[in-house]
Amino acid sequence: MFKLTKYLGKLSAATMVAAGVLGMSAPAATAADDVIKVGVLHSLSGTMAISETTLKDSVLMLVDDLNKKGGLLGKKVEAVVVDPASNWPLFAEKARELIEVEKVDVVFGCWTSVSRKSVLPVFEELNSMLFYPVQYEGEESSRNVFYTGAAPNQQAIPAVEYLMSEDGGSVERWVLAGTDYVYPRTTNKILEAFLKSKGVKDEDIMINYTPFGHSDWQTIVSDIKKFGSAGKKTAVVSTINGDANVPFYKELGNQGINASDIPVVAFSVGEEELAGLDTKPLVGHLAAWNYFMSVETAENAAFIEKWKAFIGDEKRVTNDPMEATYIGFNMWVQAVKQAGTTNVDAVRQAMYGQEVKNLTGGVAVMNTNHHLSKPVLIGEIQEDGMIETVWNTDGLVKGDAWSNYIPESAKLTADWTYPFVCGGCEKPMF
Amino acid sequence: MRTHTLIASVLLCFLAICTRPTPVSADSAGELVSGIAQKSFSKKAAAVEKLASSGNENAALILNALMQGNLYRVKTDSTRVVLVLSEEGSLKISDPVTGAEFPSLTKSDLKKIRINNKVRSAIKAGLGRLDLTHIDPDRRLSAAAAVFKSGDPTMLPVLEELLSKEQDEHVKSAFKIAVASLQLINGQDKKIRLKAVETLQDAGGQEVKGLLSKAALQLATEKSEGSAEIAKAVEKALASVDRQLATYGMVENLFQGLSLGSVLLLAAIGLAITFGVMGVINMAHGEMVMIGAYTTYVIQETCRLYMPGVLDYSLIVAIPLAFLVSGLFGILLERSVIRFLYGRPLETLLATWGISLILQQFVRTIFGPTNKEVSTPSWLSGAWEITSGLSVTYNRLAIIVFALLVLFFLMLVLKKTLFGLQMRAVTQNRMMARSMGVRSASVDALTFGLGSGVAGMAGVALSQIDNVSPNLGQAYIIDSFMVVVFGGVGNLWGTLVGAGSLGIVNKFLEPYSGAVLAKILVLVAIILFIQKRPRGLFALKGRSVEG
Repeated sequence: MFKLTKYLGKLSAATMVAAGVLGMSAPAATAADDVIKVGVLHSLSGTMAISETTLKDSVLMLVDDLNKKGGLLGKKVEAVVVDPASNWPLFAEKARELIEVEKVDVVFGCWTSVSRKSVLPVFEELNSMLFYPVQYEGEESSRNVFYTGAAPNQQAIPAVEYLMSEDGGSVERWVLAGTDYVYPRTTNKILEAFLKSKGVKDEDIMINYTPFGHSDWQTIVSDIKKFGSAGKKTAVVSTINGDANVPFYKELGNQGINASDIPVVAFSVGEEELAGLDTKPLVGHLAAWNYFMSVETAENAAFIEKWKAFIGDEKRVTNDPMEATYIGFNMWVQAVKQAGTTNVDAVRQAMYGQEVKNLTGGVAVMNTNHHLSKPVLIGEIQEDGMIETVWNTDGLVKGDAWSNYIPESAKLTADWTYPFVCGGCEKPMF
Repeated sequence: MRTHTLIASVLLCFLAICTRPTPVSADSAGELVSGIAQKSFSKKAAAVEKLASSGNENAALILNALMQGNLYRVKTDSTRVVLVLSEEGSLKISDPVTGAEFPSLTKSDLKKIRINNKVRSAIKAGLGRLDLTHIDPDRRLSAAAAVFKSGDPTMLPVLEELLSKEQDEHVKSAFKIAVASLQLINGQDKKIRLKAVETLQDAGGQEVKGLLSKAALQLATEKSEGSAEIAKAVEKALASVDRQLATYGMVENLFQGLSLGSVLLLAAIGLAITFGVMGVINMAHGEMVMIGAYTTYVIQETCRLYMPGVLDYSLIVAIPLAFLVSGLFGILLERSVIRFLYGRPLETLLATWGISLILQQFVRTIFGPTNKEVSTPSWLSGAWEITSGLSVTYNRLAIIVFALLVLFFLMLVLKKTLFGLQMRAVTQNRMMARSMGVRSASVDALTFGLGSGVAGMAGVALSQIDNVSPNLGQAYIIDSFMVVVFGGVGNLWGTLVGAGSLGIVNKFLEPYSGAVLAKILVLVAIILFIQKRPRGLFALKGRSVEG
């Protein structure tokens, strides 16, 4: 044991030295008053690194771009990157470090809902600002968070409506499959209520939850196969998150379930996830997002080109949370310019009604409930791993913080301007 | 090509005019094709159906092109459809019906005709219809399946005629089922429909069940001659098919349990050596598996670059190489860290845990955080259909066989080689072995290398069913320890029986309790079992145990 303590002693001494070096360099940077600091709070190691590293790089690219254009308010913009290591409590600690020690003006970060829930009290206590770029379950609106990803009514509900339509195959039987945590559970609760309001019976809905990183899908896929052979058109609505998707789709392909028999529509599978997969057996399965890399617009082409050049890899793909980061970042820049300061309260007021061009065409607008109005796209997976749009909303869909399909939240309003000034209340505060 | 199609279409016109009541000219073929360019998917699907049943010579070619996404429509004229093929780097834009080329058009004038699942099913059904008379029996077989799925009543007379001429037994029975399905759903005659139900009942399987359920729903609202009687027959048939499927379900469940067991066995078998035999609590075991999977990836990519012809067999090459790479990492680990920590389990645990994190980040730095695609070779994709309704997937089957082979060879090494003898000697009584002239230090290193190498081979197999990502190993480390402890530390047979029984119990619980609860229940059961028998299923007896 003696030896170990000695090792540990050496180790902690080493970290102290390292921390000292880092700590010294940080104040040196803040000492200059002509720097605006942007915090980046994305996991660079652990389970979520697969998804979040891309978003860190996106913010770095956007910052780099902004500096090339002369910075913001005549100052240089500097990104401060920390690694919360897919560890939810560490997210809160790192958020505090960013705000209190590094004194950043805004933070871009988080992917999973549990990490967002973990940092929420910190942002509210210290009155800072977080841009959250991932599709999520809704049922939340914080004064200190801007949600640039899709709320359920901008992703899940339109996808289900599409499958119910004649073009989508007139689906009558539904499997709601998800990973066992807050996002799938809340989304499925909303979807179940929605399906029932459309007259779908209890016996035509199957709900299934699996643990994070589930890899043995044999039983569930054969259950889905059985459920789908009841004489009615069946579809799977998947809120399966992260790594578990790859073995799930592999098993689907191997058991011979193709999209014309039982289509799977996924809310967490984008181009990035498909990059690790042989997509030939998956052609025709669906994904619902607000952005696909395959959409042909001038903005998107420019963005993809810039991204590939920045990352130095011709094969890298872009995805929806990247677009959400792009919109959020540009909105923040515009709001700062309009307010003439990075003061959180002033920028917040300037955010409302802020407009940024979507990469897929049209304009995204920030609402007073801190959610965006954006178009919704539904696409089918192609052989080359891209997702091609098969359906899209004509106009913008306004993100609902509180779902209309859950009775207790249908009553709530989120509006951070006068007279409501709250994230979820039945009557105006003033 | 151009003259060929021209002649063909002239011939076709001639034939059409002479033999068909509705004349199909090149003109109307053009009209049919332009229907595909409509915006609504339902209308597109209808146009596809029309084209397929038109008897046009080019229909198969056009439908295939649509399926592959090679059909475009001209932006300025929404009814004009063109075929775009890339030949030797340049684009060839032509008319799909006549084959005439349009050199003046460029890709920016065109918009791709998009298809969705509805259109895709219509194309499949249409191609199926065209394939019904194909010379290859396999094509006819899949054509029959496509007709069965589409349920298109107009196909009935064609199918009946083909059925009477068909020679191949397999195809014949597939045609029979397709005919019966159409007769049951769309027929009017009571006798024929009852007979169809019988045919379907004999065929059985998941798809027939779906069809019968659909028929039952339809019959409940139908008021034709004898519909009540038919409904009764359908109900009986459904019950019989259900019984058959339930039996198959049990077999399938057993197979899935064995398959999960074999995955557990593969993951744990290396640990059975490093932890079971050597007593090293190796938290970096999962990373050895991960390194094996990444080796597979590297070899596959190398093959893709230099020898695309043997890509399908890169997996086989990867097995020994993954063993070597992971084994070398293991030896390095043993020599540099673990040998200083023998006999201090707590410190070993912490040190190897740290090493596992270092290895993960190391791989993440080199290969990036995203998943890597290890494609499944064609000989491992798909499923083996034993009878209709009972099938097992090839990759799972291969993993079961592979796991047993690995176990067999490991046993062979332990029991029949000098190295195995020395290894057993060192673990049973180190001092005695040393005094007999065995170099215990090098035996330790090689043993650890062997265990790690076997873990690397497990990585090759796991690359087929799981993500190849830096976190691959973490998912298996807990399960591996569970299997080794449950099976009895230091006993390979125990590992086999432990993995198999855990897999089967898990799979039998899953349909009733759900995946999350099944895992918890198994864990609780193991904890209780260990309380009762701390040394696991097969406890080693002898001096080494007490030591």
